[in-house]
Amino acid sequence: MSIPSVGKVLRVNGPVVEIGGLKNVATAELVEVGRDCLPGEAVTIREGIITAQVYAYTGGLAPGDTAHALGRPLSVALGPGLLGGVFDGTMRPLDAAAEFLETAGAPQVDAARTWAFTPRAALGDDLKPGALLGVIQETPVIEHRLLAPPGASGRLTWIAAPGEHSVDDRLATVGKVTVGFSNHWPVRKPRPVAERLPAASPLVTGQRVLDLLYPIAKGSTACVPGGFGTGKTMLLQQIAKWSDADVIVYVGCGERGNEMADVLDELPRLVDPRTGRPLMDRTVIIANTSNMPVMAREASIYSGVTVAEYFRDMGYHAIVIADSTSRWAEALREFASRTGQLPAEEGYPASLSSALAAFYERAGLARTLGGTEASVTVIGAVSPPGGDVTEPVTAHSTRFVRSLWSLDRDLAYARHYPAVGWTASFSRDAERLGAWKAAHGDPLWAVRRERVIALLGESDRLRSMAELVGSTALPDLERVVLLTADLIREAVLQQSALSPNDVYCSPAKQAALMDAVLQVHDHCLELIQAKVPASLIEEVDMSSLVRAKDAGGPDDIAAATSARDSILGQLEALR
Amino acid sequence: MIHPRRLPLEYSSVASVEGPLLVVRGVDGVGWDEQATVKLDSGELRHGQVLEVDRDLAVVELFEGGDGIKPDAARVAFAGTPIRIPVGEGWLGRVCNGRGQVIDGGPPVMGAEWRNVAGRPINPARRMPPRDPIITGVSAVDGLATLVRGQKLPIFSVGGLPHLELAAQIAAQATAPGTSFRVIFAAMGITNADAELVRDVLEERAGKGELALFINRADDPVVERILVPRLALTVAEHLAFDLDHHVLVVMCDMTSYCEAVREAASARGEIPGRHGYPGHLYSDLASVYERCGRLKGHAGSITQLPVLTMPAGDITHPVPDLTGYITEGQLVLSTEMQAAGVYPPFEALSSLSRLMRNGAGQGRTRSDHLALSAQTFAALARAREVRELEEMVGSDALSETDQSYLRFSTALERSMLHQRRDEMRDLDDTLDRAWEALSKLPRRELTMLSRELIDEHLNKKGGLG
Repeated sequence: MSIPSVGKVLRVNGPVVEIGGLKNVATAELVEVGRDCLPGEAVTIREGIITAQVYAYTGGLAPGDTAHALGRPLSVALGPGLLGGVFDGTMRPLDAAAEFLETAGAPQVDAARTWAFTPRAALGDDLKPGALLGVIQETPVIEHRLLAPPGASGRLTWIAAPGEHSVDDRLATVGKVTVGFSNHWPVRKPRPVAERLPAASPLVTGQRVLDLLYPIAKGSTACVPGGFGTGKTMLLQQIAKWSDADVIVYVGCGERGNEMADVLDELPRLVDPRTGRPLMDRTVIIANTSNMPVMAREASIYSGVTVAEYFRDMGYHAIVIADSTSRWAEALREFASRTGQLPAEEGYPASLSSALAAFYERAGLARTLGGTEASVTVIGAVSPPGGDVTEPVTAHSTRFVRSLWSLDRDLAYARHYPAVGWTASFSRDAERLGAWKAAHGDPLWAVRRERVIALLGESDRLRSMAELVGSTALPDLERVVLLTADLIREAVLQQSALSPNDVYCSPAKQAALMDAVLQVHDHCLELIQAKVPASLIEEVDMSSLVRAKDAGGPDDIAAATSARDSILGQLEALR
Repeated sequence: MIHPRRLPLEYSSVASVEGPLLVVRGVDGVGWDEQATVKLDSGELRHGQVLEVDRDLAVVELFEGGDGIKPDAARVAFAGTPIRIPVGEGWLGRVCNGRGQVIDGGPPVMGAEWRNVAGRPINPARRMPPRDPIITGVSAVDGLATLVRGQKLPIFSVGGLPHLELAAQIAAQATAPGTSFRVIFAAMGITNADAELVRDVLEERAGKGELALFINRADDPVVERILVPRLALTVAEHLAFDLDHHVLVVMCDMTSYCEAVREAASARGEIPGRHGYPGHLYSDLASVYERCGRLKGHAGSITQLPVLTMPAGDITHPVPDLTGYITEGQLVLSTEMQAAGVYPPFEALSSLSRLMRNGAGQGRTRSDHLALSAQTFAALARAREVRELEEMVGSDALSETDQSYLRFSTALERSMLHQRRDEMRDLDDTLDRAWEALSKLPRRELTMLSRELIDEHLNKKGGLG
């Protein structure tokens, strides 16, 4: 160990601090500056002068104040206590912090807390990284698995007895490595896996427009661009609540404080339909609201993905929801501007696109070091200024993600929620997931999807024509297309985040609703062939099908089929 | 935390003056964001804050600008702390300028405690979601976009519309029934005529000791506008979270505030972003707008009503755009409604209070409120379509149902949305007027209202069957 050296602050400009005289520091390592030991990260080192980004308000910090190096990179303490907790961007617990945040916060780990540990490895076992050492029942739904950390292999020479242990206790010794509850990992470094696998199975979000049209695989990536008021946060919160992942990491990155308060108020009360337990039991919340220090906002999305990787390594399917990556990019821009970097597009540093790509690349399905298949899925919101999707963050994110859920202002304005538009959205996972669905009991999934997307596209084209000539001037066949497209929108794609029956929708009910609409469509086409005029078809009351999504519970397909049968009966009577 | 370090030191080593920026050489131990005072040879005092410290150089941004400063004759003192303001109820009933100096002829405001005006971020884990309404007495707001205690709900307007009148009216009238309600009005860059209007409208409430006024006029120092909302919010935080008041902070005009931020950034040579605004405008606005809400274990709250004018009516301009990303909805005023002679010229279909569904309805305002406003919005949307159709085909070609929508929309504008500038309308009256307008529609059109509600409210008034 080298003797820690003491440096001096030379320059302060907001969160950018220059330090001189510190020896043995590498970039990306942590420093502490001033009397309050404000934490920061060394970003560049030039001729002995360190430029650091500081994760706290630097008011009062002056040239001549002391600076220390901590000798380690920005890390998060990974261990039990994450689930159900609320943390700031550098993973300091907010539950324990004051009402108004002090510059120097609480430590990451609650040293007083104890956990019940059950060993699962025997003395003398020859272990590799990722091997199971023992378990902690962290919440009723998630068993926290303590693994031999990356880099630890060899004989198990010591293991703690079953029972309560504190965070500082030694739990095991593998080879030369001592393992406790709390293990630090540098946030900017992806945690290793044995092998990356192609994502193959769907992440069921419970949102019909996503699962039916623009699906995402477990271990894949999606980005959600949307101007303000298009329901971006609402959609992400729905996914956080109802998707079938095991662990959710929700990162509120530079967003509203009241929204976080809402999430924190709601999640403990909402019950996970799969486990019957509060959703909070599977959720980690990172809240770095827009008024909290900008550089901690920059760190928050890396903290989030590191926590998700940690649960992946235990064999869980985790998702990271980052709302919003635009605020993270703005933090990058602010730092770049204060350090005088040459700006590329719209003032963002030239490294923006590679930083975005590297962030999304931490998603994936993998065989873990322990040998199980598990995944990290990343879903990032983008807040394009003025709704302009050609701006750099939106444009680059679109290049790197597998699914794009583009929120459409016109749909939102018409109170069509979720306002995922069908012209700009895409899913590059759709083909593979179609094959998975076919192998798992729903061979028609891909066909259904293609037909619906084609119908929606056709109806958009017809509608612009109908606006000019009036819909009654269109041929009967085309009037049926318009009718069906309305039915698809109202009976299937619209989904209420406020109705308990409709907040999420099982795949079976999704398929039933969609099939019902398509069967009605087919029947209308047959009637047109049989020379029944479209004007008669248009008068058939289809509201029972529109209401079917909300008529029964999330798994209830009876309402869809009975509405379909009654409408088919009415149609048949027109012959 | 700020450590008071030493007695104020004075320096006479001004190296340069450029716009509002002044560089002092040879300083020792001066911290970032510290308060500075510059004494000119004439004896005049100017105020500023430290933007950057680099070795022995300190860059000071002067609120009153740098004109008239002779570098070799100026003396600069640093306070050893960031800018602070005394807090307390002493502000209520007072009028002061953008630096917090009283301009009403009375004694200076004293307070038991001084607080840093930059504030500290509220811990999101200690917040409580907003749940209770504020009654503004303005029907358009109370009925269709209810303001909720702890919310930030901006008014989006354009030049020439009576947004200042509306903001002043709300400041004069708003209450949270059964609680102690206080108002702080922060004006940035408003004309002298407007300032007089505001003082007139607010005089009575100020006289009762319920309101404080911070005014930076259009001919006052530009950079000072950056300070005004922070002074107001620092005082408000103390009133709300130490003294348990519900505090409404009205800030007008946020576009002038943002222009001051842009001017300061440009003087520093920062790289300009969209429309020349600096890249950190979002974080800067957030540091103002996020200073509101409710806290667990405290009875008080801070609600913000920022007012901004959209340059050339452009809602994608950075000021309304970034504001919209931070705030919880918007109240939009339009020239069309103004031309129709409606005050306030409230554009209902573009307006939204995101928190209304939590703060209105059963147990909060009135049990029919949410269904009634949803039905009103739906009918307004249909009325707009009918109006477009009417322009193409003429009113004679409209069906009887379509015509009823036009009658509804006119009735709503005339009798519910429109009101006098000094009219405090109670909520029951507001909602009954919406029912009255809806009675112009055939019953079958009211699909968002339950049969029970319709029977209760329309039959007694003999509405259409």
